[in-house]
Amino acid sequence: MRSLKVTLAAVLLTAGAAVAEDVAPEKVVFDEYGAVETSLTGVPGDPEAGREVMSSKKIGNCIACHAVAQLSDVPFHGEVGPELSWTGESRTEAELRGILVNSKKTFEGTIMPAYYKTSGYIRPGEGFTSKPAQEPLPPLLSAQQIEDTIAFLMTLKDQ
Amino acid sequence: MRNIATSRLAFAVAGALTLAAGAAMADEEADLVINGETEMTVRTDAPAHLQDALDTIYSGWVFRNDDTQMMQADDFDNPGMIFVDQAMDAWAAVDGSEGKSCASCHEGPESMAGVSATYPKWVETAGEVRTTWQQINDCRENRMGAKPWKITGGDMVAMQALLAVQSRGMPVNVAIDGPGAETWEKGKEIYYTRYGQLELSCANCHEDNYGNYIRADHLSQGQINGFPTYRLKNAKLNAVQARFEGCIRDTRAEPFKAGSPEFVALEMYVASRGNGLSVEGPSVRN
Ligand code: HEC
Ligand code: HEC
Repeated sequence: MRSLKVTLAAVLLTAGAAVAEDVAPEKVVFDEYGAVETSLTGVPGDPEAGREVMSSKKIGNCIACHAVAQLSDVPFHGEVGPELSWTGESRTEAELRGILVNSKKTFEGTIMPAYYKTSGYIRPGEGFTSKPAQEPLPPLLSAQQIEDTIAFLMTLKDQ
Repeated sequence: MRNIATSRLAFAVAGALTLAAGAAMADEEADLVINGETEMTVRTDAPAHLQDALDTIYSGWVFRNDDTQMMQADDFDNPGMIFVDQAMDAWAAVDGSEGKSCASCHEGPESMAGVSATYPKWVETAGEVRTTWQQINDCRENRMGAKPWKITGGDMVAMQALLAVQSRGMPVNVAIDGPGAETWEKGKEIYYTRYGQLELSCANCHEDNYGNYIRADHLSQGQINGFPTYRLKNAKLNAVQARFEGCIRDTRAEPFKAGSPEFVALEMYVASRGNGLSVEGPSVRN
């Protein structure tokens, strides 16, 4: 009985780690403008979770660089990137997915980090510990967090 | 439609500005006069080697909030000066097997005027580019027979503050040609390399975005004319290369080590970006 449980748990863990349905970072297909048509998970994004990704310093911390009027309850919005308060009117989901996965495919040389990329870095570190890290690194956001953020960005429009 | 969007944009930008103002805005036009007498150059034309990138260079002091700016304007309010006093004692204190102090060879600290303005520089006798900490440790080990100080440690940084005060108000004037040119080039390459998982170079933040807020931080040009800096955040004097380590760590990277040849080169290059600003150390930052 006990060993069966352990085996089952192991199977579940492996499945969880491989995340069968997710498009792996190195498998993402961009179109010629840097957009990504196919959902990374096939699961619709949750805008509330996306709001948290954008606001939290521990997750996406997008407002470090972008001001978002709809997030005015969160202090300190940055000025490094453009305002995102109308993104839902001006961008498609596919464009946003491309910008989040690797913005450099849309905006050449941009300062904005790539959130779903695992290799090709110079002196990568383990988080903010100063310790060296081996590639492939975990991407900055998970596939579902990217989809959640897209869902939130799509709500940013004239209501 | 477009108009509505535009006016909304203006509103939201104003909102963002209000938030920033909440964080106590800097007076970017202010001038720095220390103790009511020593006028500091906190903004000036960029040196020739930078002119394709920047028109004007600014001391980090310009971007700090009013309170922090004021603390640096008077030595009685500048907490960094306490460490200068400590270093005065160290200057005269005999240490090591040779029975010598700094004063045995150099007389008073005022003999160091001009040093902080020109370092890091090529030192002919050493055959390499050196920072002041390398020279200080050279004296300690080879002339005094004393133990070297830790590069970013308290004794060393305090002594660097004492040296900086001797050059206070002098323009930074780091040579970029001659035998040090190769090291300078190496430093420049590091400055523009995008490190870490966030793929950010020094230039991304300090050349392309100075004056902008990044979350709650008001980005300066990352100049080092004010080093060592007393930071309110950690209530001590901070070494240049400790700051470099922190900035690179924040890009989710493995920084070079303080004292590494890479950081000596970077320090030389960054110092030369401030050519023309006044030596300000010890400065006050947040
Ligand atoms: C270090 C700064 C930085 C961070 C962090 C950052 N961005 Fe950006 N972002 C930019 C810049 C700069 C641009 C403008 C592209 C360019 O021209 O370089 C941009 C562009 C965008 C755009 C396109 C705007 C448009 O319609 O033209 C979107 C959408 C966006 N970012 C979303 C995000 C999200 C979501 C996050 C967090 C998960 C994020 N950004 C994090 C700097 C940043
Ligand atoms: C992600 C953004 C970012 C990057 C990349 C970055 N810095 Fe900084 N740096 C900051 C912030 C924020 C501060 C604190 C506010 C200020 O003075 O700009 C700072 C402060 C500094 C200071 C202190 C300035 C003063 O007046 O006391 C120096 C020096 C500095 N940085 C140098 C560098 C160098 C050299 C690099 C590259 C090796 C670098 N920074 C990379 C964000 C960054």
